[in-house]
Amino acid sequence: MIKEIEILIIGAGPAGLSAALSASSLGAKVLLCERDELPGGQLVKQTHKFFGSEKQHAGTRGFHIGKMLLDSANSDPNIEIWTDTTVLGIYPDGVITCEHDGRHCKIKPQRTIIATGAAEKFLTFPGNDLPGIYGAGAVQTLMNVGGIKPAERVLMVGAGNIGLIVSYQLKQADVEVAAVIEATPRIGGYLVHASKIRRAGIPIKTCYTILEAYGTDKLEGAKIAKIDANWQPIAGTEEDVKCDVICLAVGLTPLSELCWQAGCKMAFVRELSGHVPYVDSNLETSVPGLYCAGDVGGIEEASAAMVEGRLAGFSAAGSLGYGEGTAAAKQEEARAELTALRSGPMGEKIRLGQQKVAEMGSVK
Amino acid sequence: MRIENHPILNFERGEKVTFFYNGKEIEGYTNETIVDALHAAGIRKLGTSPELHRPRGLFCAIGNCSSCFMTVDGQANMRVCVIKCREGMKVEEQHGRGVVRYD
Repeated sequence: MIKEIEILIIGAGPAGLSAALSASSLGAKVLLCERDELPGGQLVKQTHKFFGSEKQHAGTRGFHIGKMLLDSANSDPNIEIWTDTTVLGIYPDGVITCEHDGRHCKIKPQRTIIATGAAEKFLTFPGNDLPGIYGAGAVQTLMNVGGIKPAERVLMVGAGNIGLIVSYQLKQADVEVAAVIEATPRIGGYLVHASKIRRAGIPIKTCYTILEAYGTDKLEGAKIAKIDANWQPIAGTEEDVKCDVICLAVGLTPLSELCWQAGCKMAFVRELSGHVPYVDSNLETSVPGLYCAGDVGGIEEASAAMVEGRLAGFSAAGSLGYGEGTAAAKQEEARAELTALRSGPMGEKIRLGQQKVAEMGSVK
Repeated sequence: MRIENHPILNFERGEKVTFFYNGKEIEGYTNETIVDALHAAGIRKLGTSPELHRPRGLFCAIGNCSSCFMTVDGQANMRVCVIKCREGMKVEEQHGRGVVRYD
């Protein structure tokens, strides 16, 4: 049996849930497929308060935003949610296959929005496969979703926002953070987060890298060292850090496999942290009727993912004839919000990445 | 160890269950994943790598990578970071690629 639906959204994180709500608000019928048993994406583990403006729920904790979005979607008669559902394939005839409730299912949507998010990057060093070397997302999941103390003593690698925020959250869970090390000369995350963890007594060591991790059967410690301008370890600066978890907060990369499969025009854009699909100003890819929203189109904050979701939802529903006379204005409003979010020095990288994506449009 | 007091979060762990890890009794809760319960019991090693037989543990905790593959109730390659604890389930360290049953 083939399930027919107007709009299929793949991934029920901040982008996917927002897309579902905006498409439904114009009257479209939506099916939302989520791999996890609980929709919300990475919002479910985010205990910090969001930045941005009121429209992006600034001042509200991430997991509360996730719950708000999910409650709205659950009570919306236009939105059907399939959890425990992994989308497997996008076929040239428009059929999309998935594993749902342990069964193989087929879906035939009129429009599709890919909102699959991102995966964590890894780091190369001897001993990096020892049990106890976790992605920052995994540490947050164990601690903030599972309620498990993830470690006694952690070495945090990466001083971007995730590294800083998770260090603070570890402190809240009564876990010692030995240090935050960062290979570049500057702290990548917001100053407010950095100040908070420095006040908590956690040192942030810039120009430091990890030389190796050691332990038998599980992590026992790591050797770190200062690096020079050519990223080479400086002799005599080695330090031994006893820790039972190394938390890697070294960035994310778009989960764009389904875009490749669908035949989207793709390019590697460094500023967006990986291979991303070309999208136009409606977030439609080079495959007609296929849209992208959130981290799958380039790594950014969840606030931007929510606005992108809204834009893609309005675009997809609008293209089906819903919201005649209002869809265009709503799309324009979302675009203006994205421009505002990406203004300022913190948005520079994204703006450069977006420019490269726009240039892909003219490449055959 | 489980977090008992958290400044922001309350954890609803569900009902207490007992399951088996390599034959040994482990306590877990119905809202916890297998990895949560094993971690709380101090178990970090979940198996060994197929070729070099190096110890393997968790990495992503959201069912995206395959680092946490274990054998659960005889089924190999189960992502124990996204499977909830059930009473009496048998969880075993997996060595090698595991045999997939087609029944």
